[in-house]
Amino acid sequence: MFDNFINLWHGFAIAGDPFNILLMVVGILLGVIIGVLPGLGGANGVAILLPLTFSMSPTSAIILLSCIYWGALFGGAITSVLFNIPGEPWSVATTFDGHPMARQGKAGEALTAAFTSSFVGAFVAIIMITLVAPLVAAFALKFGPAEKFAVYFLAFCSFIGMSKEPPTKTIVSMMIGFALAAVGLDMVTGQLRLTFGFEELLNGFDFLIAVIGLFGIGEILLTMEEGLEFRGKAAKIDAKVVLRTWATLPRYWATSIRSCIIGCWMGITPAGATPASFMAYGIAKRVSKNGKNFGNGEIEGVVAPETAAHAAGTSALLPMLALGVPGSPTAAVLLGGLLIWGLQPGPMLFVEQKEFVWGLIASMYLGNVVGLLVVLTTVPLFAAILRIPFSIIAPVILVICAIGAYTVNNNVFDVVMMLVFGIAGYAMKKTGYPLAPLVLAIVLGDSAEEAFRQSLLSSGGSISVFWANPLVSTIMGLGILALVWPLISNAMSRLRVAQPA
Amino acid sequence: MQEAPHGAAAGVKQRSAEIGVGLFTLLLGAIVIYGSSKVGIGWGSDGPEAGFFPFYVGLFIAVCSLINLFSALREDPDAICSEWSQIRQVLKVLIPTAIYCLLVEPLGIYVPSIILIAVFMKWLGHYRWPITAAIAIGVPAAFYFVFEKWFLIPLPKGPVEALLGL
Repeated sequence: MFDNFINLWHGFAIAGDPFNILLMVVGILLGVIIGVLPGLGGANGVAILLPLTFSMSPTSAIILLSCIYWGALFGGAITSVLFNIPGEPWSVATTFDGHPMARQGKAGEALTAAFTSSFVGAFVAIIMITLVAPLVAAFALKFGPAEKFAVYFLAFCSFIGMSKEPPTKTIVSMMIGFALAAVGLDMVTGQLRLTFGFEELLNGFDFLIAVIGLFGIGEILLTMEEGLEFRGKAAKIDAKVVLRTWATLPRYWATSIRSCIIGCWMGITPAGATPASFMAYGIAKRVSKNGKNFGNGEIEGVVAPETAAHAAGTSALLPMLALGVPGSPTAAVLLGGLLIWGLQPGPMLFVEQKEFVWGLIASMYLGNVVGLLVVLTTVPLFAAILRIPFSIIAPVILVICAIGAYTVNNNVFDVVMMLVFGIAGYAMKKTGYPLAPLVLAIVLGDSAEEAFRQSLLSSGGSISVFWANPLVSTIMGLGILALVWPLISNAMSRLRVAQPA
Repeated sequence: MQEAPHGAAAGVKQRSAEIGVGLFTLLLGAIVIYGSSKVGIGWGSDGPEAGFFPFYVGLFIAVCSLINLFSALREDPDAICSEWSQIRQVLKVLIPTAIYCLLVEPLGIYVPSIILIAVFMKWLGHYRWPITAAIAIGVPAAFYFVFEKWFLIPLPKGPVEALLGL
């Protein structure tokens, strides 16, 4: 335990380097812009900027990219409150009370509350990561291939169980991701598979292209369909508003703590920030004595979802660092970045790349402090960006996506692939297929398959290896529990309804 | 997604969209199964063959697609997925974007970007020529300096850039 604090101290020395602080500010600003613009979000924003970081040291690169992620988390709140348009899916719940507050002329209060609770949520999640991640990593060092596969199994099962879409749609989406990951050269046998003679497919599908297409192009098409016109409320934040709002916030400590717990839990199990924000909002509405007023501009209705979304978004990095299993699409992109920089995510990272891991964790502390200061001072600027008409911003975003897709592998064919993924993303969104499992499966496909095949090899082909010892059977059991959880909770609520009758 | 307005708003039905996507994923599943069986789905001399894992992945896709198709058939036949006017909006973006992506290969990224931004601003935004030209040329020029000069990442170029000697 004490070791970790020394490590963290060293991490602060790395993250506190003036160049890295500059990267944090740049990252947060870029991230907020990305979070504010339609068609650019955390996942594809990081994917587009990833190639620009190839020449940096991995620590500086991850500081820049993770700060873009924090910035995008902050940015989502701005559009929700001022324009009633959730810039990111996890800020949908913030619109319920944030926008009514803006209509009552309390935009400044709503934004201050949103940013501050985001900060609190993220901060609690970072403390949790600092304390728990090294333990998880040390524990995971004992994992063999069977346990590794079991962890992947658990991650994907909780996706299926937690998703509000029909499970078969989630499975289809996920399995298409696995299939896309399998295309190309098979690492074990050196055979080509699923390429059907197309030379372009030799290297398989790059998940960065998929992310840029699915989330970027797909989102632009959806925005176009809804015929969005940005008609927003003006926001003025000055020190007086901030201080006045801060004075009221401690009153909602219970909501904050509850939302932090929900967020951390939902972030570690890869359910993600979006369900966490809805759950936190729903519970706060039920528990609060102002519950009836929720939806009419209750500040507690901003605090609850924002705290949970940020706690979830941040704690999604815990499984990515400690186990190599990302808890959200953006964490998946960051994980892909680690692989490109030549780092193997997972428990060994804590042993072999101490500087990197603790530099990143320290940068989370600093990045969120920097982020809070930056967003509180620059809101009017970002609100102005949203007033740029869609007919200018849309083609520019399309060009950015195309450049981003090209620079991943310096391949023109990827730009066409991005378009295909974009159309697929639009069709999937319209028919209720979730996109996140597809992205996670493309990123993890090769590792999951490798773990699966290695475990089968060691057992001579018998799948009993997945419940051969208590550890692996526990993880597999948890996975199955997560998979059938909706059925169980359904049955329980039915029982509860049946009894009083 | 949204409630259909009173009366008949015509458009693509949610049910047809779901069936279409279901058929497509079923086809994908079949392709994956076929492709995997070509490289061997069994147990080779050195463990599972290359098609072993993808075969089951394809099987999952196919089976779940069938379930999705089945539940799509039972959906409300009148629910609208997108109205025709919305589809027209989407195509207005999609078709120029598709042409843009295909032009990057022969012409490089800069010329198509200028055309794309100009088309959007002129056709959808009805801007006057001076401002259209300023933004359509200014934005790609800015990208040129950021990528090629600052980050030293070459972007695709075509005959026009060669003429200009960039």
